[in-house]
Parts: sequence; C-alpha cells; structure tokens
Amino acid sequence: MELDFGPEVADFREEARTWLDEHLVGEFAEHRGVGGPTDAEAWDVRLAWDRELAAGGWLGVSWPEEYGGRGLGLLEDIVFTYEYARARAPYRATGNALDLFGPMLVALGSEAQKRRFLPRILTVEELWAQGFSEPGAGSDLASVRTRAEPDGGDWVINGQKTWTTMGQAADWLYVLVRTDPDSRRHRGLSMLLVPTDQPGVEVRTIRNLAGQDEFAEVFFTDARTRADLVVGEVGQGWRTAMGTFGIERGSTLLPQQLTFEREAETLVQAARARGDELEPELRHRVVQEWMAIRIMRTTNLRTIGELLAGRAPGAQASIAKLYASTGHVRMGHLASEIAGPAGQITGAGYTLDARQRTFLVSLAETIYGGASQIQRNIIGEQVLGLPREPRP
Amino acid sequence: MAHHTLTGTFGEEQEELRQVVRSFLSRHSTEADVRGLMATTAGYDPALWRRMGSELGLQGLAIPEQYGGSGFGCIELGIVFEEMGRTLLCAPYLATVALAAEALLRSGDGAACEDLLPGIAAGETVATLALTEEGGRWDERGVTARAERAGGGWVVTGTKTYVPDGHTADLVLVAARTRAGVGLFAVEAGARGLDRTPLPTLDQTRKQARLDFRAVPARLVGVEGAAWPVIERTLATAAVLLAAEQLGGAARALELAVEYAGIRVQYGRPIGSFQAIKHLCADMLTEVESARSAVYEGLWALADDAAGRSADVAVAAALAQAYCSDAYTRVAGDCVQIHGGIGFTWEHSAHLYVKRAKSSEVLLGTASYHRERLAVRLGL
Repeated sequence: MELDFGPEVADFREEARTWLDEHLVGEFAEHRGVGGPTDAEAWDVRLAWDRELAAGGWLGVSWPEEYGGRGLGLLEDIVFTYEYARARAPYRATGNALDLFGPMLVALGSEAQKRRFLPRILTVEELWAQGFSEPGAGSDLASVRTRAEPDGGDWVINGQKTWTTMGQAADWLYVLVRTDPDSRRHRGLSMLLVPTDQPGVEVRTIRNLAGQDEFAEVFFTDARTRADLVVGEVGQGWRTAMGTFGIERGSTLLPQQLTFEREAETLVQAARARGDELEPELRHRVVQEWMAIRIMRTTNLRTIGELLAGRAPGAQASIAKLYASTGHVRMGHLASEIAGPAGQITGAGYTLDARQRTFLVSLAETIYGGASQIQRNIIGEQVLGLPREPRP
Repeated sequence: MAHHTLTGTFGEEQEELRQVVRSFLSRHSTEADVRGLMATTAGYDPALWRRMGSELGLQGLAIPEQYGGSGFGCIELGIVFEEMGRTLLCAPYLATVALAAEALLRSGDGAACEDLLPGIAAGETVATLALTEEGGRWDERGVTARAERAGGGWVVTGTKTYVPDGHTADLVLVAARTRAGVGLFAVEAGARGLDRTPLPTLDQTRKQARLDFRAVPARLVGVEGAAWPVIERTLATAAVLLAAEQLGGAARALELAVEYAGIRVQYGRPIGSFQAIKHLCADMLTEVESARSAVYEGLWALADDAAGRSADVAVAAALAQAYCSDAYTRVAGDCVQIHGGIGFTWEHSAHLYVKRAKSSEVLLGTASYHRERLAVRLGL
C-alpha cells in the first residue's frame, strides 16, 4: 500500500523517511518487524530503539511542545505512524504510554501530572502499563474490586490486577480502582497513577500460550500513591478509562494494516508455491482472506479520512476491530493448513517461526481490548441503538 | 502497489445528490409502488422514468455534456445506485445506465454516441446490453450469436437470454461474433426479425427477457471484432455499480431488522435486547460496512482510472461483486430470520430484499466466479 498524504506534509514525510532510512541500521535493522503490541520479544533492542527515536524527536509527534512533544497535527502523526510501519521498524516497547496513557493524560490530566510524567515518557525514562482487568473480570471491566482508601496525603491500594500487558517492565501503572467502597459497577471508580517500585506492589509474569512473557499479574498490598495522582476526578475513573478506548481505536490502524498486508502476501506466496497441488477449497479461502485484508484497508482509510476531515468516524470504525481480529484468526488457521505437516514442527525449546507465532498470538486479538462478544454488544447497543440487556 | 489519496469521504455536492435522490425515491418508490410495478410485465413506470431523466438528470449523470448528460462520474452514479438499492426501485436503470450507456461510451464510436446517448440522457430511451446466452456465461467464449454484412449494414442472428429489461428496451446492444471476433451491434426494439419474450423472474422487481434474433438489421458500434475489451470494461463498471445497489439494499434490510428487533417483544422484553439477536445485528452491520468499503474501493478505482491515474479496475470490480453478492444475500436472509414468521410472508417486504439479493448475485457473475477471477490474478 502506498498512501499519498498530499503536498502539505510532503517535507515532513520526506524527513521521516530519511531519518528512518539512516537510523534503522545495524542491530535495529536486524530486528525489522520484531515485536507486537503485547509481547516482550527482543525487549532490550526495542527499548534501545525507542531511545534512538526519542533522541531523534520522533516520540510524541502530536504532543504539545511544553511537554516535550513536537506539537504537530494529527496528519503528521498519521504520516509518521505510516512511514514507521512501512519501514518495518521494531514495534515500540513504550507503545502503551505513547498510544494510550500519554494521550489520555494530555486530554484529562492535571497540569502538574502532565509536566511530571509526559516528558519522561518521551525520553523513555519511565515505562507504563495499564492496570484495568482483574481476575474473574476480563471484559467486564466495571466489576473492579481493587480498592483504594485515602490515608493522610496518600491512597492505600489493595487488590489484584491481571493481564497487565508488559507489567513486568513498568515503572508506573495507571490503575482503575474503587475509591467508594459502597459503590457498584462503573460508579465510584478512580484512575490512580501508581509507582511499581515499592514494597506493596508485586508483579508476576504470566506466560502466554505462545510461550511468550506477554503479561503480568499485579498484587497490591497496602501499596501507596500520592493523593493528587488521580487522573480526572475522584469517582470518575470510568469516564477516564473509556477515554483511552476511544484513543485505542484510532491509533493502531495503519501499522496493523501494513502488517496484515504483508502476512496476506506471504500467504498468497505460500499458496502459489503449492502450485497445482493446492486444493481448490484452500485456493478460494486464500482469495477470501486476501479480499478481507483489502476491505480492511479501505475501512481504515475511511476512518482516517474522516478523522482528518475533523469528523467523528462513522460506523465502520466500530466494526473495524471485530472484522480485523476475526479475519486475522481465520488467516492464521489458513496459513497453518497451507504449510501442512512442516508447519507443525517448532524449533528447539518451543521456538516458533513468524507464522506459528502470528497464528497463536492472533487468538488473543478476539479477546483483548474487549472480546468479540463485547464488541457485538457495543455495536448493537451504541451504534445500532438496540435495547440494552436487562442488568441485575 | 496501489496508490491511494486520502479523499475517502464524500463532498458536499455529493451528499446533496444523495439527499435529492433519497427524497425523490421516498415519494416515488414506496413499497406500494414497488409492489404495483413488480406485478406488471413492463416492470417500470415510463412516466417516472422520463421524470428521472428530465427533472433529475439521473440517466445522464455520467454521460458527457456533449452527448446530453451532465458529465459527472462514477462516484455520483454509485450514490444513485446505492439509494435505488435501498428502495428496490423498479426501473431499467442498471440496464440502461450501467450497461448500455457505459458500453456506448467505452466503444469509442463518436457517431453512435452522438446518435444514441442523448435519448438515454433525456430519459426517452430505455436501453440494455444483450450478452448472455443459454449457458449464462459472462466470458468471451459465451458469445455465439453471429453478425453478417447485409446490404450496406449488418444483420444479427442468434439467441440472447437473461437480458435485463430486454423486453422493454428501445435500444438493445448485442454482442455478436463476426470473422474478426466479438462485435457490438445496436438493434432497435421494433426491428424486423426480433422476438422478445419476457421471462417470469424469481425477483419480480427486476425483469429479464429472452431475445431471438433472426437476421435482425443492426448497426455496428465501434470497430468490428474489437468489442470484447469494451464489454469487459463495461461489465467491470456495472459490477461496481451493482455492488453499490447491493450495498443500499443490504443497509436497508439491516435497518428493517434493527427497527423490528427494537419493538418486537418476546419473553417480556424486546428481542433486540437478547444477545443472540443483538450479535446477529452486529454481524449484519459488519457485513454492511465491509461491503461499503468494497464498493468505495471499486468507485475509487473507477474514478482514478477515469482521471488517468493507475488503478486495477478489474480487481476492484471483482472484489466488490464477490463481497457484496455474499453480504447482501446474508444480510437479507438474516433480516427474514429476525422478523420470524412475519418475515416469511408475502405481505412483509423482507422477501423482496432476499429475492433482489439472490438475483443480483448471479446477474453479473456469481461470487465464486469473481473469486475465481481474483484467484487467477493472484497467480493461484
């Protein structure tokens, strides 16, 4: 895919391209395309690459200058994201803070919080992870049981979070906690910023089904954070958390799209290599998945076009995650079938090739960020306006 | 590598066109109008057809001004087709505009365009393209009708069938073979030796006919034997426009289903509050929005091509037809399902969408046919 972003950003695009060409060398070049939004693969190299980007001024392209960003617009942000994915630069280790936490803080944080935290994200001094999910809760985010009580100038936190992506590397967590002990569901929640480097926070890595250290469970036992480290208002944590989901939807379209297109191309090549031996049914399934990737591209372009025109994205933005994640799983199954018996053999120590890893990891995409079933509820109720299910 | 410019949203003028067409159709293509016309043999209202041409200029929308049209492009046509699909408009619009007018324009035959297009643009002429024969094939080998020189002109002999609106068309463009290859020939409705038989169709909202040609006088359009690329390109354009019509129908079927799911109470609550129904509706929306993307890609490819930018029209058209055929049929079927028993009656409109979806699926080649074309293009 080649996108024309128009003459107004031609210089910026050229600058990004040139910089990436010149800096994506050596060890970084060897790690092209490595990593994903949720894994720890080649962590040290990726972290070093993030610092390289920081030094070049490429983190926080659209963040305000007073917090260390470049103060450019959405279009430049999209152009850089696109060029980045096109160059197959390693997946940023600090992705969560850059794509989710930082924008949330820009939108909802206090002046002091912004000055304290945003510049350190952009210099890769502090790493962040998201503490939303809890054991037994999963997609039912509002059933938060981790609680925090005021104590002098602090909050005291007790409870447990889980599926905390790259929690094992985080210096700080942004955590959704219940600050009103008598509240239920999404009322009485608050968003706290909690340092992990303290006795009351214990982080244990959880290994995923692909054998990767992807996420962690976090135990809070009388952990503490300062009273003023609440994002938004006390008791309004649900609104703050929902803000990050709005951000999540828009920011990951292009890199994911380019990755999918590369995978589809690999799939077509593998199918082609089977020649006449490729079963007719597989042949048509390859075409269908290839079509799905093309359709995703146009769906994404529609959303980006609307964002750039300053309009709220239409219904296609709401179906994009469901369509992409279910399609990616199908593509993984198909790639595995086309590979045949050879595709079932791993390296020593359960070392997976790219196709095997993609197939296994894709199984999480229909779960994280709201499972497909939750997505369908949201689409049904918020986009189509269907009546809500009676809730107890 | 495809080049895309980020202009994937409609302009103000285009949105205005949509509103004008939607408002016109809401008055003149009501369910009662559709049911009335689908019961007639002609299958359309000639007075409305003339108004569409003269008042709204819909038939001439993408016809250049020199031939009596207003010189807009495929994006505008796509909007019109989508709106027509929503209301199941009974009119020979696809046959006249997407097939016949497009084939004339593509033929490069200036004289034929000058003679034949102004009537189409004005809403005076209904036209169609007669391509398929008994086997229902859409490829070059399917053309076995013959054309021969006779006197100063040509005569066509053979049988065409499944011709959209073939029995009411004033002008029929026929694909027929000469020693030089496939040619395109214009035949007038009243020509001697032409027999037209309306076919009773499963989808009553779009009529088809069988045409028997026995040495029918015809006019060669374009260059003898050089028509296949013209026809193929016409089919690609028509495929995208039919996909837009399918999108409109699917979107409307989804609206009907959602509306019903919101008011129909079972087990003490609206059925749309049950996840089984809600999730089905969400999947229907996913199909509709994905179909919309397939259509837009097709329209962008046509627009790029018209503007001289590189675009793989054949691939975009095959993708649009393959996807939208499946999507419309699925969504229309789900619409019946959500309506339950009432959706299975003749009185309810749900079956009209199912039938239009099913007939659109095969009208310009099935989804499998188009996926097969893509498979070949991908080197599989």
